[in-house]
Amino acid sequence: MPRITLAKGLNAGLRAAMEADPKVVIMGEDVGKLGGVFRITDGLQKDFGEDRVIDTPLAESGILGTAVGLAMRGYRPVCEIQFDGFVYPAYDQIVSQVAKIHFRSQGRVRMPIVIRIPFGGGIGAVEHHSESPEAQFAHTPGLKVVACSNPIDGYWMIQQAISSDDPVVFLEPKRQYHADKAELDDSTDLSSAFPLFSSRVLREGTDLTLLAYGPMVKTCVQSAEAAAGEGTSIEVIDLRSLSPLDMEPVYASVRKTGRAVIAHEAHVNLGMGSEVSARITEECFYSLEAPVMRVGGFDTPYPPSRIEEDYLPGLDRVLDTVDRSLDY
Amino acid sequence: MSENPAQMGPADFGPGLGEVFGPSHAHGGPELVQLLTPEGERVDHPDFAFDAGEGVDDDEAIKGFYRDMVLTRRIDTEATALQRHGELGIWAQLLGQEAAQIGSGRALRPQDFVFPTYREHGVAYCRDVDPLRLLGLFRGVDQGGWDPNEGNFGLYTIVIGAQTLHAVGYAMGMQRDGDVGTGDPDRDAAVVAYFGDGASSQGDVNESFIFAASYNSPVVFFCQNNQWAISEPIARQSRIPLFQRALGFGFPGVRVDGNDVLACYAVTQAALRRAREGSGPTFVEAYTYRMGAHTTTDDPTRYRLSSDLEHWKLKDPIARVKAYLTRNGVVHDDFYAAIEDEAEALGEDLRAGCKALPEPSPLSIFDQVYVDQTPELAAQKERFAAYLESFEGVAH
Repeated sequence: MPRITLAKGLNAGLRAAMEADPKVVIMGEDVGKLGGVFRITDGLQKDFGEDRVIDTPLAESGILGTAVGLAMRGYRPVCEIQFDGFVYPAYDQIVSQVAKIHFRSQGRVRMPIVIRIPFGGGIGAVEHHSESPEAQFAHTPGLKVVACSNPIDGYWMIQQAISSDDPVVFLEPKRQYHADKAELDDSTDLSSAFPLFSSRVLREGTDLTLLAYGPMVKTCVQSAEAAAGEGTSIEVIDLRSLSPLDMEPVYASVRKTGRAVIAHEAHVNLGMGSEVSARITEECFYSLEAPVMRVGGFDTPYPPSRIEEDYLPGLDRVLDTVDRSLDY
Repeated sequence: MSENPAQMGPADFGPGLGEVFGPSHAHGGPELVQLLTPEGERVDHPDFAFDAGEGVDDDEAIKGFYRDMVLTRRIDTEATALQRHGELGIWAQLLGQEAAQIGSGRALRPQDFVFPTYREHGVAYCRDVDPLRLLGLFRGVDQGGWDPNEGNFGLYTIVIGAQTLHAVGYAMGMQRDGDVGTGDPDRDAAVVAYFGDGASSQGDVNESFIFAASYNSPVVFFCQNNQWAISEPIARQSRIPLFQRALGFGFPGVRVDGNDVLACYAVTQAALRRAREGSGPTFVEAYTYRMGAHTTTDDPTRYRLSSDLEHWKLKDPIARVKAYLTRNGVVHDDFYAAIEDEAEALGEDLRAGCKALPEPSPLSIFDQVYVDQTPELAAQKERFAAYLESFEGVAH
């Protein structure tokens, strides 16, 4: 069983999906010879050819708009948006076309498109390279939105997203691409993999439920470990799917712990935490010992990279929020 | 910089293209391709000729175009009347653009695919889309009531120009399917992207040109320049004739008399032939005029002169075909009478059919958002159904 990084997991997952279905095509800027700026599509054009791994002109709306046409023709395009902050030129095609065509056509036309977006900060990049636009897509009916947090999920989730008949915005925590390795058991098959649109309890605890996705999962697990050293038992849940949200495991956890904190890099205002908090409040009101609390990026544009660690919710800010909940 | 943009050439579009388009358009040349004058006289053009096809008599084909255009105009005027009677919320009129739509629409083969705007009622007619189905969107009972894969006619697209990218993507799919350049006339396929002069300013349209050029995709960009984008004249969109923009993207552009059904047919046919054989995209600018309002909510008297309309009425696309048919004794009065009867029956069917279009159920909105409905949406539907049922005596 190979030990792989998230980048390798995604690469292997894409390869497996392309081998399984000749209609899967990859398209994006620099995805071919270069293998993408993060090398996620490394080697795929060499093996599958230029017709299936398509280097596109530098036009994000063009990438998504042509993906719509390819999908109408029976293809399953996997579009790479090079960086989160560059998805906005494609925003109209995503929210007005990709998300709505199945509805408008009364189910006659399907849009099995995957939109891969490296998201989040922490890599010392210049502006527009560190953003977290997930709520804008989760807010849009017709789209499904998922975020992977680790190499093994990357391998399976990308394949599951590609096999989805609905469009999926697939968020990849770019600062985790080459960070940690994990052991992949690739002897199992896709149908037995953990379901795509499901949240997962990563660490059990009794005092507080800590919710995260994407790049914040690692931070939250580390926070829970640190808290354990001080005698606080934190349950950590990786939400994984942001639309739809899989809330039942969350409700079960909050009914047990009575407290919930949600962490994300995105701005707190109307972020995923707002929706998650509202739902917990609606469903678990009498179990709550404290208001659901959010910790995340401030409601400012993403800052210059020299101060991004102040902007990003790190272990200390997560634990500070945990303390506020416990002290409530 | 040259004062005359028409002298920006010469351009090399590759071998074989000169035979189709001639060198003239690259050098300014005779700009407007016309094969039937407003007076109903057939004329020759150095690069394009009307060819009804093997074994088809020209005049028989022209009679068919006449019928197509009259019925299309009837669909349009009937729908406009239905809006005036409150049966439609809005209607986008095509009055004056019948030749552009029938000429281009009749040049299509079954395997070709069309990406329309929201005004392509004549092209829809050519693709055998039941005109009644067009009304659903404007009546507010659906957002596209036909199956795009049945007549290879996409859904109407309201966001200006968005469909041109879909067209290129679809054409890229045809290339990958090996349905381009095989030499088999029943297999080789192409896509037509319809859009207007206003859309030519959209980023998506310009990106679609770039993608199509880059991949040499089998697309005909069919721009109906009807001179007006609601109240904005063509001069607000472009400083040069639109067809000349194609040069900058690296494929040929041609301007055709958009009120001349023969020229529209011939030019589209040539462009489709190029596309199907694998020679790439073509820009066709059908130079026409929106004789009606932008939609039934618009009031063109606020922004344009009635004398313009009078001028264009002299170029009416249907009148010139009638003049040709009559002047040359191709048909007699009974031909026109029969088509008039047919149009009358079509109008009656539309009126009755429109009022009988089924109302959508409020609960139906939840079912087609996703192929695999999410549990949250299923729960919302269930709650809404219970809410509706809570009103005693109200059935849903």
